[in-house]
Amino acid sequence: MALFVAVVQGVVPLAAGPMGNRRWMNIAGPASIAQFILIATAFAALTHAFVTSDFSVLNVAKNSHTDKPLLYKISGVWGNHEGSMLLWVLILATFGCAVQVFGRNLPSGLKNRTLAVQSLVTVGFLMFILFTSNPFERLLDVPANGQSLNPLLQDPGLAFHPPFLYLGYVGFSIAYSFAIAALIEGRVDASWARWVRPWTLAAWVFLTVGIALGSWWAYYELGWGGWWFWDPVENASFMPWLAGTALLHSAIVVEKRDALKSWTIFLAIIAFGLSLLGTFLVRSGVLTSVHAFATDPERGVFILILLIIAIGGSFALYAVRGPSLVGGGLFKPVSREGALLFNNWILTTATGVVLLGTLYPLFIDVIDAGKVSVGAPFYNRVFIPIMTPLVILMALGPLMSWKRADAKGILNRMYLVYGATLVAVILTFILKGEEGWGGYFGMGLATWLAVGTLWDVADRIKLGKTPFGQSLKRLARQPRATWGMTIAHLGLAIAIAGMTGAGNWKVEKIQVMNFGDKLDVAGFTYTFEGVRDIRGPNYDALEGTFTVHKDGEFITTLQAEKREYDTGGMPTTEAAIYPMFLGDLYAVVGDKSGDGYVTRLYWNPLIAWLWAGCGLLTLGGLVSLSDRRHRVGAPKRSALANKAIAEGAKA
Amino acid sequence: MKKKTRRLYIALVGLCALGAIAALVLAALEDDIVFFFSPTEVIEKGKIEPDRRIRIGGLVEAGSVEKAADGVTNIFVVTDMANTIPVHYKGLLPDLFREGQGVVAEGYFQNDVLVADEVLAKHDENYMPPEVADALKKSGKWEEGQPITEALKQGHVPDELKDK
Repeated sequence: MALFVAVVQGVVPLAAGPMGNRRWMNIAGPASIAQFILIATAFAALTHAFVTSDFSVLNVAKNSHTDKPLLYKISGVWGNHEGSMLLWVLILATFGCAVQVFGRNLPSGLKNRTLAVQSLVTVGFLMFILFTSNPFERLLDVPANGQSLNPLLQDPGLAFHPPFLYLGYVGFSIAYSFAIAALIEGRVDASWARWVRPWTLAAWVFLTVGIALGSWWAYYELGWGGWWFWDPVENASFMPWLAGTALLHSAIVVEKRDALKSWTIFLAIIAFGLSLLGTFLVRSGVLTSVHAFATDPERGVFILILLIIAIGGSFALYAVRGPSLVGGGLFKPVSREGALLFNNWILTTATGVVLLGTLYPLFIDVIDAGKVSVGAPFYNRVFIPIMTPLVILMALGPLMSWKRADAKGILNRMYLVYGATLVAVILTFILKGEEGWGGYFGMGLATWLAVGTLWDVADRIKLGKTPFGQSLKRLARQPRATWGMTIAHLGLAIAIAGMTGAGNWKVEKIQVMNFGDKLDVAGFTYTFEGVRDIRGPNYDALEGTFTVHKDGEFITTLQAEKREYDTGGMPTTEAAIYPMFLGDLYAVVGDKSGDGYVTRLYWNPLIAWLWAGCGLLTLGGLVSLSDRRHRVGAPKRSALANKAIAEGAKA
Repeated sequence: MKKKTRRLYIALVGLCALGAIAALVLAALEDDIVFFFSPTEVIEKGKIEPDRRIRIGGLVEAGSVEKAADGVTNIFVVTDMANTIPVHYKGLLPDLFREGQGVVAEGYFQNDVLVADEVLAKHDENYMPPEVADALKKSGKWEEGQPITEALKQGHVPDELKDK
């Protein structure tokens, strides 16, 4: 085993070697595959070390334990800094390899340049791993057992959170590599956008899943009943998401209308830059965050240097080459391009605001003006007003035609949407009474978007204007990309409703309960039945049982746990959650106090909608990704484009 | 000519929007950021406005954690080894909350007590929040690189230092 690891360790730098010379154009393809295989081997070796609990590897000794269930042994591979960086590089290489495998129809110049840029990024990160965070560092005295993984991380949600997040982060590296390659070639056109879009979309889907998983984990594991804290680490993943969303939309304009070219390139650079920045913020520990794991300032400096090289270099290139990317396709402000451009403005502004909020404490600290923290109140106050016009326009944008649209005509046709929104606001008022304007506003906005999106579908299939059968046929003929957009937009609407509900009507009760005590939370009667000690695979737990009744009818039994792991002194809270359509019943059991226990009971309204919304966003992305045009159309185009180039060269 | 005027309008609208956002951000930064103080800084400031949200950080003093009569409000003392601030917090303390551990509490001052609505301890047991490390450094009780002494770990202010 030791030998095996050592060999792999020798091989990894070798992998780095040939990639530096990747300018030898055609080596790029095979090299990317070789690189992938080598890094995959290294990763497999580390995973093997974890699974077999080889404690002669420092990393394993620190983060694993023989008692751990297999899933967490494997997730322990990336539950620590070194392993997670290896995962990062593995994903970089995977994407590079995927471009080689799936991108056979790309013009060879573009493909090789893209792979070259991609591999340069990989070189940077491989150096990072080798110099500052070698996952295979050996221990001379082999300990009998490991120190185990942080118990908070031993959770199915979090086992898959980092890989997805990284797939998203790193996925934007492909968009970035494509952008740089295009800048080097000085050519950005519709076919370029067509190749970039699926990659960006895939990255976006992964990132969405990653963020949702992280948020979900925070919701049930931390036992605070919250799901988003505007914590720097959350922001670090949210910023690339916002930029990526903008990129997704602007690439459409490049593909369909040949406009907004240099802007799209800019976004591609920004999205990946923010991914790097996110890694830097999370790994360096410059910002205080309750969620950050495994921080180390020295490593931060290294990532910062990488960041400066990558971003500085690409912006320099952008400055030189950017102006030459003159877009065609003029359009009026009121048009689909206009709407998409507006979407981009808002998303970039929002990204900027989050960036400002995240870095502001750092800035204040550096100029020695005190220590501050920027928390949820700031973001709620700034973010919501910025995003509102976006959501309003989101319902209208798809209805607009390219080039120029008839704003009055669209607004006149939408009577149903106004009506539904009004009904939603009034309904919210009746149900909830006067509990602040946030609730009506959010529900109104969600309804507006949902009905607007459906209205767009109705419009496309000419519902009511042609016979119903005809409409159905039209419905069946809608391209998958359109379906994807519709599903994703609906998903956002549902997520907004969920956020509104969870944000405005949450009920929280904290008290001491004795056995048999009853308590009413938002119309549900909780009875504290008792506690008992239980034993899990590698922990002891105190389990508190609640039964919940509503109007005398039994609803469910909730079993909340407080766990003490054998290896770490750190207890964790496992909230008991019973999800329902209208909200979650959520119970946490705490310390003993007098004869009873401290309990926290929540009513989290509409939270399931939030997860459903995230699910739909993901589904929308996937459906759109499966659009045949993304797969079949591109090669055809590229063949045409190649011909055109060849002809151009002849002429 | 007409095209130009239209462009001008668009530019103006864009600028106004940008201005509005800038104003919004500045106002929010003015009101909604939370300053961090060490217990010593709080004492030096004298009185802190009751509507000013602040964050304090330090170690939880050993033996200071108790429950109020209602059974849910936690009472403890945060110290930077030079000065101390009493904190009241209603709710479940984070899992990693311990005596002698670094902690950050956020809330409003009522008289001389910080009524916190948020108490943060790290997710990682061998960790000192940077603010807390700074607060300790400022109070001159700890230096970077120096091992955390037993006394500090216990969060005890030695008696001979107390009246300083």
